[in-house]
Amino acid sequence: MSQATESDVREDGVIESVSGPVVTAVDLDARMNDVVYVGHEGLMGEVIEIEGNITTIQVYEETSGVSPGQPVESTGAPLSVDLGPGVLDTIYDGVQRPLDVLEDKMDSAFLDRGVDSPGIDLEKSWEFTPELEEGDEVTRGEVIGIVPETESIDHKVMVPPDALEEGETAEIVSIESGNFTVEQPVAELDTGEEISMRQEWPVRKQRPAAEKYTPKKPLVSGQRILDGLFPIAKGGTAAIPGPFGSGKTVAQQSLAKFADADIVVYIGCGERGNEMTEVIDDFPELPDPQTGNPLMARTCLIANTSNMPVAARESCIYTGITIAEYYRDMGYDVALMADSTSRWAEAMREISSRLEEMPGEEGYPAYLAARLAEFYERAGYYQTINGKEGSVTAIGAVSPPGGDFSEPVTQNTLRIVKAFWALDSDLAERRHFPAINWNDSYSLYRDQLDEWFESNVDQEWSSQRQWAIDVLDEESELQEIVQLVGKDALPDDQQLTLEVARYLREAWLQQNALHGVDRYSPPEKTFRILQGIKTFNDEAFEALEAGVPVDEIQNIDATPQLNRIGTTPDDEADEFVSGIEEDITEQLRELY
Amino acid sequence: MKEYKTITEISGPLVFAEVDEPVGYDEIVEIETPDGETKRGQVLETSDGLVSIQVFEGTDGIDRNASVRFIGETLKMPVTEDLLGRVLDGSGRPIDDGPDIVPEERQDIVGEAINPFSREYPEEFIQTGVSAIDGMNTLVRGQKLPIFSSAGLPHNDLALQIARQATVPEEAEDEGDDDDSEFAVIFGAMGITQEEANEFMDDFERTGALERSVVFMNLADDPAVERTVTPRLALTTAEYLAFEKDYHVLVILTDMTNYCEALREIGAAREEVPGRRGYPGYMYTDLAQIYERAGRIKGEEGSITQIPILTMPSNDITHPIPDLTGYITEGQIIVDPDLNSQGVTPPVNVLPSLSRLMDDGIGEGLTREDHGDVSDQLYAAYAEGEDKRDLVNIVGREALSDLDNKYLDFADRFEDEFIEQGFKQNRDIDGTLDIGWDLLSMLPKDVLSRIDEDLIDEHYDEDAEAEEVTAD
Repeated sequence: MSQATESDVREDGVIESVSGPVVTAVDLDARMNDVVYVGHEGLMGEVIEIEGNITTIQVYEETSGVSPGQPVESTGAPLSVDLGPGVLDTIYDGVQRPLDVLEDKMDSAFLDRGVDSPGIDLEKSWEFTPELEEGDEVTRGEVIGIVPETESIDHKVMVPPDALEEGETAEIVSIESGNFTVEQPVAELDTGEEISMRQEWPVRKQRPAAEKYTPKKPLVSGQRILDGLFPIAKGGTAAIPGPFGSGKTVAQQSLAKFADADIVVYIGCGERGNEMTEVIDDFPELPDPQTGNPLMARTCLIANTSNMPVAARESCIYTGITIAEYYRDMGYDVALMADSTSRWAEAMREISSRLEEMPGEEGYPAYLAARLAEFYERAGYYQTINGKEGSVTAIGAVSPPGGDFSEPVTQNTLRIVKAFWALDSDLAERRHFPAINWNDSYSLYRDQLDEWFESNVDQEWSSQRQWAIDVLDEESELQEIVQLVGKDALPDDQQLTLEVARYLREAWLQQNALHGVDRYSPPEKTFRILQGIKTFNDEAFEALEAGVPVDEIQNIDATPQLNRIGTTPDDEADEFVSGIEEDITEQLRELY
Repeated sequence: MKEYKTITEISGPLVFAEVDEPVGYDEIVEIETPDGETKRGQVLETSDGLVSIQVFEGTDGIDRNASVRFIGETLKMPVTEDLLGRVLDGSGRPIDDGPDIVPEERQDIVGEAINPFSREYPEEFIQTGVSAIDGMNTLVRGQKLPIFSSAGLPHNDLALQIARQATVPEEAEDEGDDDDSEFAVIFGAMGITQEEANEFMDDFERTGALERSVVFMNLADDPAVERTVTPRLALTTAEYLAFEKDYHVLVILTDMTNYCEALREIGAAREEVPGRRGYPGYMYTDLAQIYERAGRIKGEEGSITQIPILTMPSNDITHPIPDLTGYITEGQIIVDPDLNSQGVTPPVNVLPSLSRLMDDGIGEGLTREDHGDVSDQLYAAYAEGEDKRDLVNIVGREALSDLDNKYLDFADRFEDEFIEQGFKQNRDIDGTLDIGWDLLSMLPKDVLSRIDEDLIDEHYDEDAEAEEVTAD
């Protein structure tokens, strides 16, 4: 949090009342959304309402023992994040305090109150290499040099967007290479502006960009059901709703691990402490499938678990998306996972009810829809102000109460996002993972991404997908009949369709997130498995037409091998499928 | 300490009083009624001149002349190792006629959140001796795994069985080793009946478990508001024992439904905007502050494992209480009325049950190499059998294929042999998995697609399937 370094404290106010995380103060000279320090312990808070002489503050820390009469100081600046090298490979709380630094400073495993820390290390020095020279003209946002931030990512040092007006140019009067801390100037402009590696940005304000494009490239997730049936674009938005125990978090984590984004911002918003610990333990160990470096080298984690203060939970989503936008401005593709946006909405509801605002549906504030839309709208495929292309893909988990998708958070989210991956507790109970229901889910990006898949994977991509969808649709209709009369009462061709659909489910849609190979399936393999099943389908129906009974077709021993393709190493998969295809063809043709 | 006689309003569990000095949020208040009784309460809201107070012991007997004293500190729990073996009331005062408690420390009951960076990921298997849990929904140290039950089901017996039998297998082997962390049980009762309480106490006394337990009792006829502090007192004691005295603490909280009712009562009295079904909008945050106080910390020997029990109103898992709980806890064990009426004990329905931390706590070196595969396959086969039961009701057994009939037999035997074990039997993990293999051997080898082929060769009983066929 940047306010640690602010010293221009304005006027003092006095606390008038305290109710949980909501505190009111009188005589405080502060603007809306300014950060303030509350009470003798200096608890961090934010101004959320001003009425006459009374200022209402939401406090990011526990307020036990705070009493009226204690002082309130304003920093005169809104809640901002520190941006610069050192953001990656770090784990923050909801207001960008690094959790490892907090552990040191508090000397305890428990989170104490009133301790603040800058978001990036101010002491550490980084090697800066200029990209521009003295005398070069720059505009706002322009990249002036590079810092190797982690093994995977070069951090681009930019002219802060607020240093110059839009369209204004300035000349670099000095620029140096060498080792600097984030606060030391590395360049100076003729306007007198000194540029250092660190910049600040208020979290509730979108960073400027030149233009927003229609996304055309997929975010390849390595999850067969997503890439194959419900793809998401780089710069797209998606929601994963599901009841508890249906695997939301596992799905979000798989995406964070394997999606082909340059940068991942993972927000644990009001979720379990042990889950965040698992991410903290796993990410430094797991290799990034693109570079082979540890995943942490491209990741920024924000952890505000369910028992951490509720106001910080409200702000963690903004902290995350602002960091994502900053890396987008460097020309990177950023994937942002928010687990879970329902907890964020509940934090809004909690604060709103303490403010005694008139509630909307189910007690949520009337501005819920607007806030959700605002957040997802900050995602997108952009031309940045320095002329690069970068994207922020936003994927939000939703935790609908009782798994009922008609509740306000799910419904308001659905109106905005274009991909919807519905998790299903029935599938989860059968241990069918990922438990994404193929009948309820959709992706509106399918058509605009087909071109990419067809030119990069296979011409048949979309036609084969349509075949799979048709089979799965037919299966769900047939299942209703089977529930009534049993499978054996169906005609042979329908029994065979059920058999093919079973392989689609077991060999293609199911994917084991815990298996070393199966957890990531490149699009080529995703396509190849489907091709293998299609081969079985075609050969089997030919055999059926030639008069072979359906039992015999089902009993050949080559087909169950299809289920083993997922766990076959990627470079052997093609050959393995060819082998199965040959066996199936041979065994089936022997029957007639 | 200033004393006020300025009560302006009394409403349900709340008292409003005027003050002329600032009072801290969450501070403790003592109210003396005209007949000399002292009641304790807590500041819910404080502003210049007016505070609202929630009274733990109920507001009866308080009138506008009662005197109000502000203690100047938030609620603290006096903690010491000597609490082991003691029985306390819902506000933490001894009710067992034992000696006074001399505290070593007094700790704030609100408790601070564990820094996620400082947590250690839980992966030590706890053997409960119950097959439905060990085999299918394994509990690990530092987990919070609630029991979702309904009125009239034997969830208390299950909780007691777990408390009695829970061990970590390696440690059982080198018993007598004094360096090992000790095991302690903290029992927090909220609004349970005297009879239920007796059931627990009798069992604790009979098995000698009381010596390593701390019991907090808020009974059904005790004030409802007191219930909101009982679990916090219990967990503060648990944190002290786990992270300062290196105990492995198992916390049993029953019944969380009563706790949530108390929250709703206070919310209604404060005229708050209600959330779903009248429960306060902050119930998720409030429950998280209880459930998240489980876990392990890097560099600390001790651990806190939580087993909260809640009864689902009309057995509805989408009711806000089980729903919010399920979103916070790491899985759930579901006690099922149908299995109960079939006479299966413990009546645990494994299909909707779940342990999220299971995958990391089982397997080679932890339990047994085949554990994960066996449990997956048992799940799949039992789910298949359950499906067929619906079908058989319509078309009859004769219309089903051989394989379908085998699945039906499997589901029956799974309930009668694997789940059924009574509340007294303590099965070790090998025993549990061996029964699993016995049952899986009823099915043809080639449908066991979730088990590694080498494991099938090692454990599959070739004769069993044949027997089954001749028996038909």
